[in-house]
Amino acid sequence: MRAKASTAPLHPTVVLWTAVGLIGFVLLPWYGLRDNFFTLSWLFDGYPFDDNVAPALFLVLQGQKLWLAPLGILLLAPLLLWRRKKADPYFGHLLIAVGAAGFAYLMLQGFGIGLRGFQWSWLTALFGELDDRQFGMGWGALLVSGAFLFLCTLGLAGRGAVGGDEFVVGSIGFIVAVVGIFIFMPIVQMLGSALVTQDGNYSLGVFFAKLFSSRLWGLGCVSGGPRCGVAWNSLFLAVLVGLLTTALGLVFALVVTRTGFRYGSLLRALTILPIITPPFVIGLAIILLFGLSGVITQGFSDLFGLQPTRWVYGLPGLLIAQVLAFTPIAFLVMIGVVEGVSPSMEEAAQTLRASRWQTFVTVSLPLMRPGLANAFLLGFIESMADFGNPLVLGGNFDVLSTEIFFAIVGAQYDQAQAAILAIVLLFFTLAAFYAQRFWLGQKSYTTVSGKGDSGIHPHLPATFRNAIYAIAGLWTLFTLLIYVTIFYGSFVKQWGVDFSLTFDHYVESFAVGWNQFGIHWRGAAWSSFWTTMEIALISAPLTAAIGLLTAYLLVRQNFRGKDAFEFGAMLSFAIPGTVIGVSYVIAFNVPPIELTGTGIILVLSFIFRNMPVGVRAGIASMSQIDRSLDESSLTLGANSWQTFRKVVLPLLRPAILAALIYSFVRAMTAISAIIFLVSAQYNMSTSYIVGRVENNEYGIAIAYSAVLIGVMLAVIGLMQLAVGRRNIGRRHMETDLSQSRTNVGVAGAG
Amino acid sequence: MAEIKSNAASVEFRNVTKVYGKSKVPAVNDISLFIEAGNLVTLLGPSGCGKTTTLRMIAGLELATSGQILIGGADVTRLPATDRDVSMVFQSYALFPHMTVRENVEYGLKFSGFSKKDTADKAKAGLELVGLGGFGDRLPSQLSGGQQQRVAVARALVLEPQVLLFDEPLSNLDAKLRRHVREEIREIQQNLGLTVVYVTHDQEEALAVSDRIIVMNNAVIAQDGTPRDLYDAPSSAFVADFIGEANIFDCRITDVAKDVATVELGPLSLKLPARDQRPGPARLAVRPGRIELGSAGAPRTLPGTLHKVTYVGSHLEFVVDTEFGAVFAISTTVDAQFEAGQKVGVGFCEHGPVLLTG
Repeated sequence: MRAKASTAPLHPTVVLWTAVGLIGFVLLPWYGLRDNFFTLSWLFDGYPFDDNVAPALFLVLQGQKLWLAPLGILLLAPLLLWRRKKADPYFGHLLIAVGAAGFAYLMLQGFGIGLRGFQWSWLTALFGELDDRQFGMGWGALLVSGAFLFLCTLGLAGRGAVGGDEFVVGSIGFIVAVVGIFIFMPIVQMLGSALVTQDGNYSLGVFFAKLFSSRLWGLGCVSGGPRCGVAWNSLFLAVLVGLLTTALGLVFALVVTRTGFRYGSLLRALTILPIITPPFVIGLAIILLFGLSGVITQGFSDLFGLQPTRWVYGLPGLLIAQVLAFTPIAFLVMIGVVEGVSPSMEEAAQTLRASRWQTFVTVSLPLMRPGLANAFLLGFIESMADFGNPLVLGGNFDVLSTEIFFAIVGAQYDQAQAAILAIVLLFFTLAAFYAQRFWLGQKSYTTVSGKGDSGIHPHLPATFRNAIYAIAGLWTLFTLLIYVTIFYGSFVKQWGVDFSLTFDHYVESFAVGWNQFGIHWRGAAWSSFWTTMEIALISAPLTAAIGLLTAYLLVRQNFRGKDAFEFGAMLSFAIPGTVIGVSYVIAFNVPPIELTGTGIILVLSFIFRNMPVGVRAGIASMSQIDRSLDESSLTLGANSWQTFRKVVLPLLRPAILAALIYSFVRAMTAISAIIFLVSAQYNMSTSYIVGRVENNEYGIAIAYSAVLIGVMLAVIGLMQLAVGRRNIGRRHMETDLSQSRTNVGVAGAG
Repeated sequence: MAEIKSNAASVEFRNVTKVYGKSKVPAVNDISLFIEAGNLVTLLGPSGCGKTTTLRMIAGLELATSGQILIGGADVTRLPATDRDVSMVFQSYALFPHMTVRENVEYGLKFSGFSKKDTADKAKAGLELVGLGGFGDRLPSQLSGGQQQRVAVARALVLEPQVLLFDEPLSNLDAKLRRHVREEIREIQQNLGLTVVYVTHDQEEALAVSDRIIVMNNAVIAQDGTPRDLYDAPSSAFVADFIGEANIFDCRITDVAKDVATVELGPLSLKLPARDQRPGPARLAVRPGRIELGSAGAPRTLPGTLHKVTYVGSHLEFVVDTEFGAVFAISTTVDAQFEAGQKVGVGFCEHGPVLLTG
């Protein structure tokens, strides 16, 4: 054994978490504060005796919230491990018991005691009526629950879970706990609230009546009626968008890889545009072009003397906008697929006397089939989840995501109706997600493996090539037209009425002045802009960290229940933002976790919405790093935390950068979840812009969108500089590793 | 000036079994072995035989499903890799590409409680030991394959581990370099008196470097002995065929007296060491180099017909059809006149045939 004798009488990790727990119990305010914790103003508000800021210990000593007392006793229990080794069975058993009991008790008291005494009648039966109420938990409760969680995982490690590795077991426990609390719990609570009727009773009958109502599933449009059910609308749109984006994605991928097209990198650059474009901005541009007063509509009506119509509002407009927005995602998937088809397969087909066209149809295309399905499902999920475009372009064509919104914010305020709509939406996206994962498998769409695939892809036959050039060219021009419209539109006085150029919109939103306090952010947009930057900058590193940690556990560690763990971690990719938004509103509006109206809930929603992006980036680049690097670090005496920090993380720089950029950008562009969560104090750019659109102030909305796009480009550039690139030669590693290409599906905006 | 010392310790397996995940077939099935301190022992076998799993269990990268593992007499069965005093040289070398050669070598020392100065001194000594004293500031990608391999050795050596493990360390080198590097490894091992466990599937490499070879097949130990034992007295047809090449004959033992067996093989009657075999049907193995081809009908030979003669430069290779099947033989006298179709007599050198026990 290595000569690293630990002589401390109490295991250092036990000391750490017991201390953290005791600080939370004895020193920090137990319940949530009205002000920001870090301003420390609570120290002067009667701390430690005033109820609002008192730590749990002082509450109990003053005879209040007596149910917190057992937590303190449990926190002292680890001291019984004095002079016991980690290998001692007693060590593990005691910590598991203390941790699990403490955590469970904390949850029980949190949910068991509500705003009006006990939540559950059996508790009342047991203890009698409780004349007290619950408040939202605060920093003290947070530290104590963390301490119990990690004491429990330490105990599990002591009993030999995952090779007895404290860091790994702790990380698994942490991820499971946060995913459980911030993804599963809100969804479950939302499901529960779907059963509640308007008068507060539970009713299955009402639930089923609403679930199968004709509002959702009606087939009026087929039988000649005015409209179809919302669910059919969503499904129809999503299937169309999935098919079209996949076809266009394939066309672009073929142009880049199979035609000898020289400006492929330009096309690739175009794919970054929709990622940094807030989703509804495309819809706005469509309105500017094809709307009632749109330039193209007006042009046509002048030319042919037709009456301009509102044809674009509804299915046609939505289809155009979503295909524009999501084609680049399909392109990114398809380019990996098309490149992944082994050239030697195609060369073999050609030596067997197949013509280029026959090779393409009989060999290349069948090999791409799983990739095509993958691109279709991605487009399907994105379209289902899209909220911004239907909001600005939907017209009378209602889809699930906007219906949910109007059920919550509209005059009806029907939480149960929103929850039921969310369940239907969730059903569709989860079905697609499930199909993507289990029907397609994960590695099926690469055929390049091992060495010796040095051939080159054959070019397409000339007629086919010209056809796809034409399609790709037209679509590219159209995309450029959209962005030119946005840019130009931000300088136009009033679109459709007065096309004279002006800076008015920018001045109105982003004017800066001076007053006696220094800079005065006079523009109307500044407040939401700074909030957005702050929230995005806080959530980006957290998202990257939690995503990469999860990726590390998935790629590098083996433990029981790993499949379920992976499914849970990636699940939020399939949960549409509107569903997250509704479920957060339902779950975090009341104690024990009371977060609505704070900035924290925005940060949390971004972390858990965008976590799969970090996980994917991490998995993709971690599988490029040979496992023997970790193992050699372990045999050299580093523990798994040191290995993670000194070996894995430095090699993951590109993945860290990717995860940071994606989560930052998605936090800037997201609309669907946060439109439910913003408050007067914490308003975000996107919801501010949507508000302007609803007031028909298109000028400001477009100007603001253009600024956002510019800022995101700048921030991406800066982050690239900040994370830096150290030129790491990995020559021999690259040849050693199996060269399976990984396709990182890109989670889009929503 | 710091020196690299040895803390060599023994390794012992007691009825160790390893089953991966939900697999029903054990990767290593109830093996027991003992490796003396200061020895270089090779685990040899075809791919999938369990040799790498055995090595990784010594390292602590895999934990045994059942059984006991002792290093230096202490039970380490449940200890993870971090806490075992064992270093390993990986097949891919696993040099950290984002650290210089020196940082790589210092990496393990930093976690072992050495002072900054000791760390630097030891790393320097380690690099000098493998002849790379001036290469500390380079990145691994700037070194050749052989140099990277030596950095990996230095990185493992400087920790002065109780046991040093090599996982097919030469398989990424070209043939000439391979011979050179294996001699260097053997030299360092003998000079420092290290306990080394070495995994390879190359039997020549195993014979050349080892004090002892443990041949594994199908998750169990097939034979354990010195290189000479294994080559000259293989216990089973598998070992005889895996190490070098062998002709296997079915024969009959007619009599055993004082550890000498009388063996009948067609017209031949041979006196061979009995190796605890009883009278009855048996098998014997003969190395191709221990077969002499003589003229047809010569005494003490089996009659046969020369099927194929191949000239490979340093020697001739023959395939002879006999009533016991095809016999493979080689002769270093390349000038001898042999032609396919010729009738020959197949004779055995003294100590050529060996009775198989397994």
